[in-house]
Amino acid sequence: MRLNQDFFAGARTALPILLGVVPFAMISGAAAVSVGLSAFEAVGMSFLVFAGASQLVVFQLMSAGSPWIIMLLTAWVINLRFMMYSATLAPYLQRLPTWQKAPLAYMLSDQAFGVSMGRFVTDETVSRRWFYFGAALTVWTTWQVSAVTGALLGKLIPDSWGFEFAFPLSFMALMFGALRDRPAVIAALTGGLVAVLAKGLPYNLGLVLASLLGIAAGTLAETIEARRRRPL
Amino acid sequence: MSAASLWLLFLAIGLGTFSMRFSFIYLFGRITMPEWLRRALKYVPAAVLAALVFPALTHPAGTLDISLNNLRLLAGLGGAIVAWKTRNVLWTLITGMTLLWILQALG
Repeated sequence: MRLNQDFFAGARTALPILLGVVPFAMISGAAAVSVGLSAFEAVGMSFLVFAGASQLVVFQLMSAGSPWIIMLLTAWVINLRFMMYSATLAPYLQRLPTWQKAPLAYMLSDQAFGVSMGRFVTDETVSRRWFYFGAALTVWTTWQVSAVTGALLGKLIPDSWGFEFAFPLSFMALMFGALRDRPAVIAALTGGLVAVLAKGLPYNLGLVLASLLGIAAGTLAETIEARRRRPL
Repeated sequence: MSAASLWLLFLAIGLGTFSMRFSFIYLFGRITMPEWLRRALKYVPAAVLAALVFPALTHPAGTLDISLNNLRLLAGLGGAIVAWKTRNVLWTLITGMTLLWILQALG
């Protein structure tokens, strides 16, 4: 019963993370309703997309009246990080058939990735696929239940509370979590300042421009730091 | 926004996001991620999130407003300190929203 044991180990290890998942998912459900989606649409999006930060971004752009294509592109850009997770997890899931890989990939989240990789680097004996499956399914289920709850409760929040201010506040907490080293800080400062300066551009193009320049600045800063450490 | 274009948007975001999650898990052994891409992807969250946060604070009503009358900027700076110290969405929200309501009540 080694396999089931590792499934439950994954689920158990994910439990403390749920303290962050529950409120974030509830906020995303409530935010969907606050920009005018029905509870059904909110839940439908949560199942189709299952990526909180990108969902919140879409709601913010929706309330600003941004065009469809900008909402799509911005959400995709935010979710590009999943390619990095996918590449890192790939060796651990390589022997599975495609029909099993697909649902495991669908459930990939920041939290499932973090919990699993944290264990994989220290524990060689754990069944990787079962541990990851346990962690990912726990996070996914908790996310969906909390998102539905948030969507139902969200109807009770009056407009006068200025709930749309919750968007930048949530992004702020996520942003500080991403500032792990100096190049990341430079990427954030560049992205933020360009976005302020380019705010006047049509179709919210300033956001796309600022993101690209921020990413370029971070990459450049990393290259410069690496050269300084070991001069050619 | 019509219901059809809304669902089409969710579907398109969902399919694209699934493709990104599935990409290397599916293609393992057939293709490896180029080093430049791996590097650039590391900075996506910091750059994009900052690009969303900064203008939301400096342009609360669509125009630049860096003054003490900009309550969202003030409340946002308070929230930023909590975000920096805790990196927790819930605490940042509670702090920022409470500050905004207090400032609005005072103003």
